[in-house]
Amino acid sequence: MSMDTSSMNGKLLKVEDLRVWFELRRWGFGRAGYVRAVDGVNFTLEAGEAIGIVGESGCGKTTLMKTILGLNTPTDGSIWFQGQDLSDKGRRETRDYRAMVGFVQQDPYGALAPFMNVNRTLEEPLIVNGVRDRNVRKQRIHDVMKEVKMEPVEEFLPKFPHMLSGGQQQRIVIARSMILEPKLIVADEPVSMLDASVRVEILKLLRGLQDSHHLAVIYVTHDLSTVRYFSERIFVMYAAKLVEKATVDELLNNFMHPYTEALLAATSDPDAENALIMKDVPPGEPPSLIEPPPGCRFHPRCPKLIEGLCEVKEPPDFEPVPGHQVACWLYQ
Amino acid sequence: MQSIKASLKDLLRYPSAVMGSLVLLGVIALAVYAIVSIPYDEALRLWRGGPDVWYMNPRNALPKWVNLFRSDQLPESIAILNTDESVDLETKETSAGFSDLTYTFHFDYPYDEFPQELAFFFTSEYVENEPFVSVYWTTPDGREFRIVDMGVSRQESYRFSQDERLTRRLGNNAARIALFQDPDSDPEDPVPLKGEYQVELKVLTFEENSTIDAEFVLHGEVYGLAGTDHRRRDLMVSLLWGAPIALAFGLVGAVGSSVSTIIIAAFGVWFGGVVDGIIQRITEVNLTLPFLSILIMVGTFYSKSLWVILGVTILLIIFGAAIKTYRAMFLQVKEAPYIEAAQAYGASDVRIVMRYLLPRLIPVLIPALILSVPTFVFLEATLAVLGLGDPVLPTWGKIIYDAWGNAAVYNGYYYWMLEPAILLTLTGIGFSLVGFSLDRIFNPKLRGL
Repeated sequence: MSMDTSSMNGKLLKVEDLRVWFELRRWGFGRAGYVRAVDGVNFTLEAGEAIGIVGESGCGKTTLMKTILGLNTPTDGSIWFQGQDLSDKGRRETRDYRAMVGFVQQDPYGALAPFMNVNRTLEEPLIVNGVRDRNVRKQRIHDVMKEVKMEPVEEFLPKFPHMLSGGQQQRIVIARSMILEPKLIVADEPVSMLDASVRVEILKLLRGLQDSHHLAVIYVTHDLSTVRYFSERIFVMYAAKLVEKATVDELLNNFMHPYTEALLAATSDPDAENALIMKDVPPGEPPSLIEPPPGCRFHPRCPKLIEGLCEVKEPPDFEPVPGHQVACWLYQ
Repeated sequence: MQSIKASLKDLLRYPSAVMGSLVLLGVIALAVYAIVSIPYDEALRLWRGGPDVWYMNPRNALPKWVNLFRSDQLPESIAILNTDESVDLETKETSAGFSDLTYTFHFDYPYDEFPQELAFFFTSEYVENEPFVSVYWTTPDGREFRIVDMGVSRQESYRFSQDERLTRRLGNNAARIALFQDPDSDPEDPVPLKGEYQVELKVLTFEENSTIDAEFVLHGEVYGLAGTDHRRRDLMVSLLWGAPIALAFGLVGAVGSSVSTIIIAAFGVWFGGVVDGIIQRITEVNLTLPFLSILIMVGTFYSKSLWVILGVTILLIIFGAAIKTYRAMFLQVKEAPYIEAAQAYGASDVRIVMRYLLPRLIPVLIPALILSVPTFVFLEATLAVLGLGDPVLPTWGKIIYDAWGNAAVYNGYYYWMLEPAILLTLTGIGFSLVGFSLDRIFNPKLRGL
C-alpha cells in the first residue's frame, strides 16, 4: 500500500473517483446491467469538519454513506482514511476502521434492537471491539450517557427502546455512535423522523459533540434547512454524482448549478405568503440510475441547457470561485 | 430475558394455560416418580419380563379398581410362601436323615368369580434323592380333594390346569372351577363357594440337609392399579416409565428440530446467495420425501432404537416447512436498521445471526416449540403401533402395540388400550393448552377482543 502523505495532509477522509454499482441479474445468473448508485464521487474531509450531503431520494446519497461506513464494497475508486486505503485492509483493520466511524441512523426506533435495553445496546459495540474489562465498559457507558444528556444514567440503563421517547431514542443512537470514540460520524437524516420540537435539541447535541470531540461529521439529508444549521460545507448530489461543492454561505448565496437552484427554490420557508405561490420546479423526474442520460445527467430537466454540449459531454468539476466546485458547462 | 419472564407470568391469566400447566406438572410428576421409584435398569428388566420375573401375576388381569364398579367381585391374586406366618407347620418324627413336614395354607376367598389359575412353585435342595410332595385341597364346607403326588426337582412349577389326571379326577372339569364350585349351584352356571379354603402340602425329604421352598399362587382376575398384559407384566411399570421416555422424546425432538431449524434459517438468510440457495433446495427436496416411509426403512434395516429414530426424525424435520416460515420472517428482520448499525460497529456475522437476528424470533419459536412436543410424543406412539417401537424401552406406544396385537378391545381388555391412550392424550392436551396460551401472549394479534 502506497501512502501519499502529501495529498493527505490534515485530511481525515479522502474519497477518490468512487463508484458503487449494483449488478442486476437476469434468470439468476445472466447480467442485465448495473444500478450505478454512486458513479464517480470525489471529495475530501478534514478532521473536525462537518459536511452536508444533500440530494433528493434515490440520488445515491445513502449508498455513498454506507460505502464510507464499509457496509458496501466500492466497485471502483478508493476511500482513504487517515492516509490508508480501506480496500487494502484485512478483517481486523476493517473492524478498527469501523470503530473509528460512528453511525447515526434516521429512524431511532428501528436503529435500536427492541430486545436490548439501553445498557446492552451501548455495551455491544464495546464487546464487539474487544473491551473485555466490565468496569471499563461501565465507565465508558456512563460517560457517553452523560455526554448525550441522558441523566440520571442509572434510571435509563435498564430501559428498553419502547419505553423511551423519540428524542431519547435518538440520543441513545448518538450515544452508541460515540461510544467507541470515533473520529468521524456519519449521520443519515438524524432528525427527519423526529418531532420538530426535539430536532433542534438533537442538532445542538450533535453540534456540541462535534465541537468538544473535534469530530468530523458527514450529514446526509434531503433537507437544506437543517444543513444550514449544521455544516461548514455542502455537497449537492444528483443522480449518483456530486454536482456542486461549496461552503454553506457560498452555496446558499451564490449557487451555481441549475439543480442547486431548483433545490433551494423547493426548500420550504415558514411564510404564510408561500402557501399561494407555485414554485418554479424543473419538470421531469430524476433519471434512472440503470441507464443514466448521456452527458450531463441533469440536461433533460435543465432550463439552461446548452444544446450540442450538455447532452453529449459529461461536465468535469469547474472551480469558478476558489473553494466552490461545480460540475456544469455553464462555468467552463 | 426479562420479557420472557414477564410472559410466563402472563400465562397465569389464562385459565386454559393454568389447566395445561397442571396437566403437564402431573405428567412430569409421574415421570419423576417413575425414575425415582423404579431405577432404569430395573424398569428394563421388568419390561423384558419372562417367567421368573412375573410368574406371580395373572395374565391380562383388569386393574383392581374395576371391582368398585362391579356387583360381582373379581378375585385378586393370592400368593403364600410356606415360610409365611399364616402357614401351619406340623413335623412328624421320622428316622434319621428323613423328614416329614405338613404345611397348611389358609386363604379367604370372598369373590364372585373363579380365579384364573392355581399353581405351586417349588425350589428344593438335595443331593441325590428329590423330595416328594402331596397336595390336598379342602373347601370351606369340608370336602377334600387330592390334587397331586409328585417328586420335586430343584426348580419345579406345578400348574393345576395342566395336570390332566387332576382334571379327570374332577370329572373333566377345570381345576380352577371344580375346586371352588358351590356344589349347590347350577353346573351350567357355576358359582364359587365363599369362605376359607385350606391347602395341605405334605413334604417328605430323604436326605440330611434337603430343604424345600414352596409358594402357592392363586392368579386372580384383577391386579394392581393398571392391570397386566399378556405376558403377565404389570402395566404400571410401563405406564410410569412411558412418561419420562415420552417427555424426553418429545422435548429433545421439539427443541432439537425447532432450534436447529431456526438457526439454519437465520444463517441462510444472513449469508444469502449460495448458502441460502443450498438450504432452500435441500428443504424443497426433503419436503417431497416420504417422511414415515424413511423412518420405517431405518427402523426395519438399521436400528429400532428410540434414540436413533429420534435422530433421523430430527434430521428430516430440520429441513422442513418451518424453515420457509422462519426464512420469510428473517428476511424482514434482516433489513432492520439496528442490524446495519451492528455491522457498522463491527459485529461479526455469527454474532449478528445469534445475537441480533435470532432473538427477534424467540417469541415465535417458543410457542411453536411447545406445540410441537405432542407431535413427537405421538410420533413415537405411531411408530410403535407400526411395529417400529424400541425393543428395549417400555413406552406408551409399545403398550398400545401389544394391546392392538392381542386384540385387546375385542377381548374386553379395554384398560390395556385406554390407559396409555389417555396418558398420551393428556400429555398432548397439556402441551397444547400451554402452547396456545403462549402463542397468544407472544403474538398479541391472536388475543381475543
